Amino acid sequence: MSALTNMVKIETRLFLRDSATVIFGVLFPPALLLGLGAIPALREASPETGGLRPIDIWAPTALVFGMVMIAVQHVPGVVATYRERGILRRLSTTPAHPRGVLFAQMIVAFASVIGSAALMIFVAWAVLDIAPPAQPLEFVVAFIVGYAALLGIGMISAAVVRTSSAANQIGTLLFVALMFFGGAFLPRVLMPDVLREIGELIPPGLQALTTAWSAEAGEITATAGGQPFWLQIAVTAGIAVIASGIAAKLFRWE
Amino acid sequence: MAVDDVSFTVEEGEIFGIIGPNGAGKTTTVESVAGLRTPDSGSISVLGLDPIKDRAQVRERLGVQLQESSFPDAIKVAEALELYSSFYRNPVDWRELMELLGLTGKRNTRYKALSGGQKQRLSIALALVGNPKVAILDELTTGLDPQARRDTWSLIEQVRDTGVTILLVTHFMDEAERLSDRIAVIDGGRVAALDTPAGLIARSSVVQQVRFRVGQPLDKSVLAELPDVTGVEITGDRWLVTGRGQLLSSVAGALARAQVVAEDLRVEQRNLDDAFVAFTGRAPESPEPLQEG
Repeated sequence: MSALTNMVKIETRLFLRDSATVIFGVLFPPALLLGLGAIPALREASPETGGLRPIDIWAPTALVFGMVMIAVQHVPGVVATYRERGILRRLSTTPAHPRGVLFAQMIVAFASVIGSAALMIFVAWAVLDIAPPAQPLEFVVAFIVGYAALLGIGMISAAVVRTSSAANQIGTLLFVALMFFGGAFLPRVLMPDVLREIGELIPPGLQALTTAWSAEAGEITATAGGQPFWLQIAVTAGIAVIASGIAAKLFRWE
Repeated sequence: MAVDDVSFTVEEGEIFGIIGPNGAGKTTTVESVAGLRTPDSGSISVLGLDPIKDRAQVRERLGVQLQESSFPDAIKVAEALELYSSFYRNPVDWRELMELLGLTGKRNTRYKALSGGQKQRLSIALALVGNPKVAILDELTTGLDPQARRDTWSLIEQVRDTGVTILLVTHFMDEAERLSDRIAVIDGGRVAALDTPAGLIARSSVVQQVRFRVGQPLDKSVLAELPDVTGVEITGDRWLVTGRGQLLSSVAGALARAQVVAEDLRVEQRNLDDAFVAFTGRAPESPEPLQEG
């Protein structure tokens, strides 16, 4: 078996053995949606929102929770640990380049957010009767581009920190900041326009995800001066490219 | 640590020891050999290859056990061995290696749960899994208990007997003396001495001491006037003679001529520790120079 296939295999096992990440990054988002869905008031359709229930509008926020957790907390934490403990250095004395292990790490982390998203969309549909994404192609594009932008930001953090504990602290700060704009603490519908507008352009681009999931929900969370879907995608993609470039430039192997 | 002038040639199939005080440049030297550092000047050749320019080829043939490198906490012994063996074109059978290093019983144990000795043996196994011609072992037995150290030493001798050339970095003098065919003493970024362990000890002209007791009267000058003797101390019936060269035979000969029987005769065994102090002016595990006098 090739070195990279083997690395992906091992990194997958290591990921699954990291029970905190599996619970919070993969299983928690669907559970959170179910938990909020259990509150009757959030399942009542309101005429003001065109017959949508609060849980319909809020569902993409749960999705973003897992993406942000994996991209800005889990991956940078692992990368910083691998550097701090000389694992990257040890790999660089073998014919395998240490970038292989970073690549394997990103493949596994991406697979895990896809798994989490699929589980969440299924649970949302099966239990809470939330329709699956209405525009699957746009949804997949928004998901991949949004995750790439998050991961780029996470990798900048992984590139500049010296220790794994610093990576965890920065990860937590980023998580709280991104989730604030993602509407985890205050539904975006209730935010002032300026915060909502910022939220449209901040990775992973919750507005684009919401629009692709349900056009009706997207209309409610969008601001009057909101940007069109593809422009939001372009901005997020730009952030992904720039952030990855900065991370690659700053990255230290030791 | 800067390395200024470190030149040596390691012969095929030997264990070549590098010793020196903390911060002397030992690790810098082996990291340059392993291609982890690019030297500002000078040249390094590993099996006729340049560690930087011929990186890929050198990495196929060179096994490295680094100081302060580790592995993910949750990886299991067998997984680490299988993973590392997949990096090389002609690896050894990692299962045999696991058996040789006594890790088969721990094959499903996570790295974090291994003892210090087991971690060290895994690290050695991973340095050897690529079937290297040359192995670099940096601070091989630091943190091991005495039994684990001895086991590791016999293991390294077995590895050498399979034809692998070994570059051994250590600050333990007993380890260097026991394992090395030749030793370079590095101090202040330079090679202070290079010889076999016995050669280093002999060349270091360390002061020797002979202690004994005599029951009969004996004049101090009988020993004090011998050419190899530099000092004689008498406390009651206990004598302490210090000197150089062939001190023991000179003293024994003079006592025999004076027809005096020495009891409890003891020679302070000179070892690599003494030679090390002689070459570097420091004790092996202390970075500070010893006070003279």
